[in-house]
Amino acid sequence: MSSILKNIIRFILFIAVQVFVLNNVPPLHQFIVPYLYFLYILWLPFNINRFFLLILSFAFGLTLDYFTGTPGLHAAPCVLIAFIRPFLLNLLIPQETTEQSYLEPSIKSMGWAPYSLYAFLLTFLHHFYLVLIEWLQFGNFLYFIGKILGTTAVSLLLIFISEMLFFRKARFRTNA
Amino acid sequence: MKNIFLFIRNYINLICFLALQITCIVMLSRNSQTHEAFFASASNEITGKVNKQFDNFYSYFRLQEINRQLTAENVRLRNDLQSNFIVPDSSRKIVTDSLNKDSLNRYRKFYYLPAKVVGSTVTLQTNFLTLERGSLQGVKKGMSVISPEGIVGVVTEVSDNYSRVMSLLHRNSKVSAMLKKDNNAGSIEWDGVDPAYLTLKNISKGAQVKKGDSIVTSNYSANFPSRIMIGTVADFTVDPTTNFYNLKVKTAANFFTLQYVYVVENVRYAEQAKLENTKPKGNE
Repeated sequence: MSSILKNIIRFILFIAVQVFVLNNVPPLHQFIVPYLYFLYILWLPFNINRFFLLILSFAFGLTLDYFTGTPGLHAAPCVLIAFIRPFLLNLLIPQETTEQSYLEPSIKSMGWAPYSLYAFLLTFLHHFYLVLIEWLQFGNFLYFIGKILGTTAVSLLLIFISEMLFFRKARFRTNA
Repeated sequence: MKNIFLFIRNYINLICFLALQITCIVMLSRNSQTHEAFFASASNEITGKVNKQFDNFYSYFRLQEINRQLTAENVRLRNDLQSNFIVPDSSRKIVTDSLNKDSLNRYRKFYYLPAKVVGSTVTLQTNFLTLERGSLQGVKKGMSVISPEGIVGVVTEVSDNYSRVMSLLHRNSKVSAMLKKDNNAGSIEWDGVDPAYLTLKNISKGAQVKKGDSIVTSNYSANFPSRIMIGTVADFTVDPTTNFYNLKVKTAANFFTLQYVYVVENVRYAEQAKLENTKPKGNE
């Protein structure tokens, strides 16, 4: 399957899962909101154009926003992590080998520790910015700190589970 | 000039990033105005259609609960039927005419329009519902929405075939409410903590509040009919800094299982709002 088609299907699936499954989970606590949709941005290919990556993330976040009725709320953190992503990848992986032999970030292509750090940092940044925007609308500092920590923990758990469930074939790119 | 182009080319990603961030923040901060625009109305139509497809499939799992709600409502309405009240033989029977306008000059004030819920959230801080009924079917902005068990929210956006309802579980929602037994009025808000509980503020300490008391909509609300159930008192605390109670109210409507609701039109809403918004002439 071509990379473009695969990512279009993922776009629809991630939005559908977030809107119809995760947003319908009965809330356990005010701090815990299960977010998984931004994993789409984490899984985009290595060689994607940086400019296109920003636009795509904006469109992705905005699509979710129109389902939840809050235009801009999720789009802003998505654009932020899309902007940070290339810098982080440059730091975490040996440039020459990985980018040429693998398509996209995964446990197999990057290794356990760098991939976990990559997922953790972007998840944390995403939630920090998302909750910050919410917090400016209706403040309470304890709520701010608690919600970032709670939501990040739940998101990391969900990312971990989806990495286990949907084992992405770490295909070598051949020369052909 | 060449340097400017070089600068733009080198920093195109940063510029694009900043531009998109600013777009997001602007969209977020002028939420209500942008929704007037055509684009928002179109997107509302699209998300409404997607939600409808999902709901067609999901509604089967909730049929039992809907049946229970409708039966309970039918029982309540049947108990109110006129034929249940007998008149002692010595007097003449009084017949209430339910026509639009009768000889006592009574006018119809509220219309109830049924609507299907095709999308809803309860887990966010700003929760909305999507109804499959829009301006072509007579829904207007500002109409109130009630479920068989209690009130749900207020219509905030309308497209041709869908409308979006700000539910009571929205940080900005505010509805005038009162205690059923002694008509002490306050306002119902949501603190964003638990979707099963609302808070009722500004009830004076003179009121005799007990756990389990019913909270209903007050007479002061322009869009809600008065004395519609909102919930029951679950807990109450005295606010030491003011002279008011803070009541914790268990919602009567179950926001997790909403399927069918009524959109209520107050025929005189526009007239009342217009009068309330005119400036008093003496104060200029």
